[in-house]
Amino acid sequence: MNNALPRWVDIGLMPLVNVAVAFLISGLVVLFVGESPVEAAQLLVKGAFGSGYNIGFTLFYATTFIFTGLAVAVAFHAGLFNIGGEGQAYIGGLGVGLVVLSLDFALPWYLLFPLAVIGAALFGALWAFIPAYLQATRGSHIVITTIMFNFIASALMVYLLGGPLQKSANLGPRSRDFEVTIPKMDWLMSPFGVDVGSSPLNITFLLALVMAFVVWVLVWRTRLGFEMRTLGLSPRAANYAGMSEVRLVVIAMMISGGLAGMMALNPVMGDQTRLQLDFVEGAGFVGIAVALMGRSHPAGIVPAAILFGALYQGGAELAFDMPNITRDMIILIQGLVILFAGAMEYMFRPAFARLFARQPKAAIAKPEVG
Amino acid sequence: METIIQLLDLTVRSAVPLLLACLAGLYSERAGIVDIGLEGKMLGGAFAAGAVAAVTGSAWLGLLAAIAVATMFSLIHGFASITSRGNQIVSGVAINFIAAGLCALLGQAWFSQGGRTPQLPKDARFTEITLPFADAVQNVPLLGPIYSGLISGHNLLAYVAFIMVPVTWWVLFRTRFGLRLRAVGENPAAVDTAGISVAWARYRAVICCGALCGVAGAYLAIGVSAGFVKDMTAGRGFIALAALIFAKWKPVAAMWACLLFGFLGAIEIRYQGVALPIIGQVPVQLMQALPYILTVILLAGFIGKAIPPKAAGRPYVKER
Repeated sequence: MNNALPRWVDIGLMPLVNVAVAFLISGLVVLFVGESPVEAAQLLVKGAFGSGYNIGFTLFYATTFIFTGLAVAVAFHAGLFNIGGEGQAYIGGLGVGLVVLSLDFALPWYLLFPLAVIGAALFGALWAFIPAYLQATRGSHIVITTIMFNFIASALMVYLLGGPLQKSANLGPRSRDFEVTIPKMDWLMSPFGVDVGSSPLNITFLLALVMAFVVWVLVWRTRLGFEMRTLGLSPRAANYAGMSEVRLVVIAMMISGGLAGMMALNPVMGDQTRLQLDFVEGAGFVGIAVALMGRSHPAGIVPAAILFGALYQGGAELAFDMPNITRDMIILIQGLVILFAGAMEYMFRPAFARLFARQPKAAIAKPEVG
Repeated sequence: METIIQLLDLTVRSAVPLLLACLAGLYSERAGIVDIGLEGKMLGGAFAAGAVAAVTGSAWLGLLAAIAVATMFSLIHGFASITSRGNQIVSGVAINFIAAGLCALLGQAWFSQGGRTPQLPKDARFTEITLPFADAVQNVPLLGPIYSGLISGHNLLAYVAFIMVPVTWWVLFRTRFGLRLRAVGENPAAVDTAGISVAWARYRAVICCGALCGVAGAYLAIGVSAGFVKDMTAGRGFIALAALIFAKWKPVAAMWACLLFGFLGAIEIRYQGVALPIIGQVPVQLMQALPYILTVILLAGFIGKAIPPKAAGRPYVKER
């Protein structure tokens, strides 16, 4: 990392350039497959923002990605790489499901929803607790343990939905339908002249925005956030200042897991209204791309999440119009964004440093994440 | 006896791709490059093998393509983590997604079979080899069935996998290349001081890693199956990673770890829904999760301690 870069270049221009490169390569792949990249891009944008219904879907996906992006970002700040968002979200869904399935006959949505939020966050946080605790006290690498926990979560959910939570064997592995649904967002969007129609956009979107703000307050305006960032920047400094690494690692990971778990509210309660398999659909991993692109700051994560929401929604429409370009294109773009905005973020830095250099030679090693 | 042989045979079959990927990871991680992109590289290799074997009708060209593609992914990972000094975990995650997306996309665009590659004829695959005298000794008690039922009757790549175990051991612990490879994983500064290029040693390690991942992919696509299927690696890269930790980054132990995980896989396939003595019926999902659970327990230090190479995950920055 080079301090010579002006702030706006570092947090504004660099991510844009990295993402632009990712899209450029994706465009080449489209060309290679024999379709027109320009046309594909037009279809994608139209599919994502073409109508209120499409916008509704875009924001529905974005909701999910805000949660998982925030989850990854909080862990990043504490110097941890939480690659287990996928599993935490899956188990978070179990929390949602258990709350709703056991209380939905008795409570209206406005009482049930807060309980479900707590259930989601709690289960997600607990799923992150074991890897966090093992990392903090036994030194087992959190990346590996969280990967393992993703698989364990998946096996556990398949078992539960195919057994104890299953409604009937004929319907396949899923719970009974929820009796209570949460409000959609049409009431809020229609004053803006946007008719989200029957898209699944629901109030979880608002919760996601609230959580983005809460994360900002937590990380930059609280003592805990300061301690977490200190740990992330320099574990030795944190230790020297008397901060407990065990405590911080566990808390940071549980907040991260809780945020990832809350993601489950969106598909489970807001859309499918039952607990079924694979509702996470890789959102935990999209969170990595979103956090990297958003530079782990809520103000960057929300737009990055909307961009990925647009990609998911637009990509689905694109796959419909250009059968040669399947939805796997999105996975590829996601991978390229992670590569360029994450792993190769230093690649263009020297060039930028030459362009915008203010104080050359001020080189400070960036702390390691993970 | 017959069932035991069959179970062990199935064990070997499930263990081979794990073993190849695990040894691949061993080269990379011993040189200090953490690789969670084994899954993606294997997948890329499997797709390349399936696609090229389908087009050319040659298993060997398929294998070469698999090695080439997986090595290319390895070099991207290498470039990101050695030259760009990026985060190796992030890069590995990226490789997994790029491979998954690209394989499915190109598979659909080229063959229009929902991401599959066309079904391969027998001569475009690595088919099972019957070792000499396998039929003749079949009736010899004990050793006969083991030889003909377990040792004989795998494809070439399976034998390659097991041969690679002593080869890897020899390369890592008995050659200059291996010494340097391990040294850059433990103490790159010392290697640098000795006037040896850390970057070059690490690049060679990731190339070895890529090549083996390619073989693993080829084993899946043109060895045990007759073509590539979308997401055909199904998490094997991560089980291999788990096995690598389980084996504490040692080649021979890696073989045993992969055989253990392969055995769990074999039981899962063979005894689905069958009640076992004493424990009763074990949920399939528990068997599926067992390798991961065991690895977590191991990582927690409850069954010995798994200590990774010292410089693993850290980009090397020359002192100025």
